Amino acid sequence: MSTNTNNLDDLKGSAVDGGEVPKESQTTYTPFFKRVLAQKQGKIGLTLTIIVLLLAFCGPLLLPWATGNTATEFVAKPFSPHGLFGSDNLGRDVLSRFFAGGLTLIVYSVLATALGMILGAIIGMLAAYVGGTFDAIVMRLNDVILAVPQLVFALLAITVLGPQGWVLVTVIGVTHAPRIARVARSATLGVITEDYILAAEMYAMPRWKVLLRELLPNITGPLSVEAGLRLTYSIGYIASLSFLGLGLQPPAADWGLMINENRIALSIQPWGVLLPVIAIALLTIGTNLLADSFARATASTSVEA
Amino acid sequence: MFGKVIGRRLIFSAFILIAVSLLVFGATLLLPGDAARAILGQQATPERIAALNEQLGLNQPAWQRYFSWLGGLFVGDFGTSTASGGSVAQLLSDRIGNSFILMAAAAIISVPLGIGLGVYSALHRGGRRDSALTGISLVFAAMPEFVIGIGLIAIFATSVFQILPAVTLAPPGEPVWGRPEQLILPTVTLILVVTPYIVRMMRATMIEVLDSGFVEMARLKGVPETRVILRHAVPHALGPVAQVVAIQLAWLAGGVVVVEFLFRYPGLGQALIDAVTYRDVQVVQAISMLVAAVYVVVNLAADVVGILTNPKLRSAA
Amino acid sequence: MTTETTTVRHDDANLPNEKIVLRVTDLKIATNAGDEILHGVNFALSRGEILGLVGESGSGKTTAGLACMGHFREGLKFASGSVSLWPRGDDTAVEVVELDEVAVRSLRGSRIAYIPQDPALSLNPAMRVGEQIREVLDIHKFGSSEAERSERVAAVLVDVGLSGDKAYQKRWPHQLSGGQQQRIGIAMAFAMYPDVLILDEPTTGLDVSTQAVVLDTIRQMTVANNVAGLYITHDLAVIKDISDRVAVMLRGDLVEEGPVASVLEDPQHEYTKMLMSAVPDLAGRKTIGEGAAAEPESESKATHILVSAGTSKSDDSTESGDGAATSANAPLLQVKDVALAYGKAQILDGINLTLEPGDCTLLLGESGSGKTTLSRCVAGLNDDYSGTVALRGAELARSTRKRTNEQRVGIQYVFQSPFSSLNPRRSIGQSLTVPLEMSGDGTAATRKAQVEEALDSVRLGRSFYHRRPGDLSGGERQRAAIARALVNQPSVLVCDEITSALDVSVQASIIGLLRTLRKEHDLAMLFVTHNIALSRHIADNLAVLNKGTIVDYGPTAEVLENPKHEYTRTLIADVPKF
Repeated sequence: MSTNTNNLDDLKGSAVDGGEVPKESQTTYTPFFKRVLAQKQGKIGLTLTIIVLLLAFCGPLLLPWATGNTATEFVAKPFSPHGLFGSDNLGRDVLSRFFAGGLTLIVYSVLATALGMILGAIIGMLAAYVGGTFDAIVMRLNDVILAVPQLVFALLAITVLGPQGWVLVTVIGVTHAPRIARVARSATLGVITEDYILAAEMYAMPRWKVLLRELLPNITGPLSVEAGLRLTYSIGYIASLSFLGLGLQPPAADWGLMINENRIALSIQPWGVLLPVIAIALLTIGTNLLADSFARATASTSVEA
Repeated sequence: MFGKVIGRRLIFSAFILIAVSLLVFGATLLLPGDAARAILGQQATPERIAALNEQLGLNQPAWQRYFSWLGGLFVGDFGTSTASGGSVAQLLSDRIGNSFILMAAAAIISVPLGIGLGVYSALHRGGRRDSALTGISLVFAAMPEFVIGIGLIAIFATSVFQILPAVTLAPPGEPVWGRPEQLILPTVTLILVVTPYIVRMMRATMIEVLDSGFVEMARLKGVPETRVILRHAVPHALGPVAQVVAIQLAWLAGGVVVVEFLFRYPGLGQALIDAVTYRDVQVVQAISMLVAAVYVVVNLAADVVGILTNPKLRSAA
Repeated sequence: MTTETTTVRHDDANLPNEKIVLRVTDLKIATNAGDEILHGVNFALSRGEILGLVGESGSGKTTAGLACMGHFREGLKFASGSVSLWPRGDDTAVEVVELDEVAVRSLRGSRIAYIPQDPALSLNPAMRVGEQIREVLDIHKFGSSEAERSERVAAVLVDVGLSGDKAYQKRWPHQLSGGQQQRIGIAMAFAMYPDVLILDEPTTGLDVSTQAVVLDTIRQMTVANNVAGLYITHDLAVIKDISDRVAVMLRGDLVEEGPVASVLEDPQHEYTKMLMSAVPDLAGRKTIGEGAAAEPESESKATHILVSAGTSKSDDSTESGDGAATSANAPLLQVKDVALAYGKAQILDGINLTLEPGDCTLLLGESGSGKTTLSRCVAGLNDDYSGTVALRGAELARSTRKRTNEQRVGIQYVFQSPFSSLNPRRSIGQSLTVPLEMSGDGTAATRKAQVEEALDSVRLGRSFYHRRPGDLSGGERQRAAIARALVNQPSVLVCDEITSALDVSVQASIIGLLRTLRKEHDLAMLFVTHNIALSRHIADNLAVLNKGTIVDYGPTAEVLENPKHEYTRTLIADVPKF
């Protein structure tokens, strides 16, 4: 009779017995994306995100059709000959501006998130891996940046450097970095005590290889969650800055700016505000749901069978 | 011993504030070469530029300007607004109170609300009410504050109901609490943004605590469920949640900017946006420092809560 | 899966009689998803007796124990069967699993008490220990007055051998040692004079000497209070020490039950027999893991026994080693005056050890003795030590990174936990290739061949090359980890507690495997463990480490029969005998 047909994850799942609880690696390998899509949040999140992305990327291609009407009337009513959703206070077609206004927001947000992720992951992993004084100094500097809200930081940068695209992307990305570094650092600290890291050290594996081959693949879970969250926040911040009139400058078509320009006429012609508001809401909800499903997918690898 | 821990945190807080001041001041050094011209625009006369340079102290070396600025902060002298020509302290003094009202109202409501809903959600883990709460908090946590604010305006102030004012109506000089109804929408917006984070964190921490050995042990001792939750579980969840609450309160200090702008509320945020638009560096610096100070204070408070709820830290050297 | 299993019973004590306090009949428990975890378990607890419930991980023994209290962990639910309790001074039985919340709560902690596995996790860290004991009394309304309850708290603390004074009661759990914390747990359980006691591996996390004290307390308290106990454990030696009767569980079934002496000495069920043969005995009368070495502990797979190629390989390595040797008569591995201190804490002090080719030395130590630190110093994973470690007479650099390739290859280290030592994101093949890649010999093809050969030699088989650690059992992972240490044909293998995370039957097969490998590869081995019972099964020499110094060192038999140091003597005395 065989005694050990139980596979280990079953054992952990029924984590009932087990004398000494052994140190166990947090992750087993199963396709990540499948687990994300197995959840309601994952499915809804992905659908919402894709819809808004399609709109933002394909919208500009539809412009000739949408701008077919040159409105002359200011604040034209919707569903009139002056365009499906009417026109704004300068007589510009709302639908066309809406189609054209999402691309910059999304591109900026993705760039800012990517910048933050790269910086943050490198800083966090290094801090945890090198440890000691280096870690202490890096984390103290992190705390300094954390003391100023990201939006206030962005406003400070814009005051000094002016409202330009690269300023927005850089300042949002750079202020993301310490927050991401915290996550990367604690994820790394969780993995670095694993014996397989020590084993790699024992075989004198070059340190960059240890970081890249042994560590990084094992912290992709928390990092992907963080990427989803940071993307959500990036979209929020960049849209907010546009809304405050400190992002793209008129006459550019941009969702945040559109909301700012049209909100005076909210009660007469709400579509100029509502279309972009709904789009931003759906996009951020979508990315946040995705981030949440990443978190669940990551968690489900560890404990539950 | 307790004092020693707190003392160390105090020193660290001071370090943070000094470092932030360096950062905030350092940012102004990035101003384009001819700062005065950048501020005043191309049409400015040489005399005005010279006057502004004098006023900003741009003729002095940077470190000297830093120390006189820092020294000023300690005595409440935040410098002179380049846009209005008045003192920054004067400009901000009545607005601080307005912003504080907004933040305090939001904090007083959202902290207990968030903790309560989080505990409720954790106790009904996996059930329909829990997933509904989780879903709602995910949605609200996602949206930027101005999106939520506009949603509220559309529903309660313009298209659907028209029962609340869409913007602040009080003329300059009149206290904002003179017309309490104008405070409702901005406060609700802030609550809707802040509460979801507290709910989520409280729920996660509670679930972790409810799964812990000592909660199971309490149940196996025959302790009634309400006592299990109130005496054994909740106190352990408060420490970590205090940290999140602190971060959220600090965030309020920043998020209030957008909300004030949206509702034309005469607070610090509105002043900050104006200052950024006019590149009024002194005002931006002053508000940044104030916001950092709020962050440091609430974090210190969270540390105290963390220490008080954990006897290990309390008795540690 | 097995169908109906009948329990082998050695006597009739399980039949209804007036001594029985708690009877479990045909108990079935399933997961919420509907998979059955317990397939109809029957046992009875009698007053003044302890029933030991033994089983390896996943056998469902804790689930069965908690069911006696009407408690089911998250994800599990009661399916069918009954749990009847006859409380003191009550003739009619109570059906524990059918009671409502309030009624079952009034039983818990008062009539049925629980002593948890890990006291550090089970005491509320934010509540003073006296208050935690007091809470039980308050809830169950012990006695008639406040004063009576306070008195009881003090009395029960004294009963378990702690101080009952107010100052002690005011302590926080973190201010107590593990043994003291566990005794608080015991005091809490006995506070209400319960009828039944469920003990869930209460000594697992403790040192042998602390374990002896705690077991003693439990035994005394059970007899003094005339309580029926259920002692859940995976450790047969403890069972023999503490319980009167024993029940053996296997994957949700009770396979054998009876008085301890008759079950353990005359096992009837095949599984019990196998378990008994796997338990190491201090006397070393049996050979554990014999035959098991030839096969991985699970499915029977086609096994590839190393052919002559393997042997010639090991010859090669010895030759090349000798070629590079600096001095012909220097020992293979020599540890000299190794010491290590962190601040004031002296972890290791004046350690001397030698190892000749093919020798195995068992390094014995309790937790905190510095045994892992020492083995890591040898492997070059800890470079904070002073003194020297020499391989074939050549002194080694302290850090593995500074050692030469050949030196690195010469000493290989196997980690304690197989769950942690293999990267979950990489296949077994990839992980096993690392040592070869880093030492830089061969081409990709020869490396693959070498890895496959190593997989064969640990009896896993080549099919494991592409699998990931996640789908391997603990024993299989440990074999893979051993294979990684073997790919480079080392001359010294350092094994750091490599069986402590494994079930006893798996441990036996790993020990068997190591014995075979030693013969096949002429390996010298430093086997580090806390389990003195293993010594005769694997080692030629025995070194006893206590608080950073070696207190006894010599041939295994000699040390065990004539221990020189007091510490060794108590260790041998404290080991539950078989």
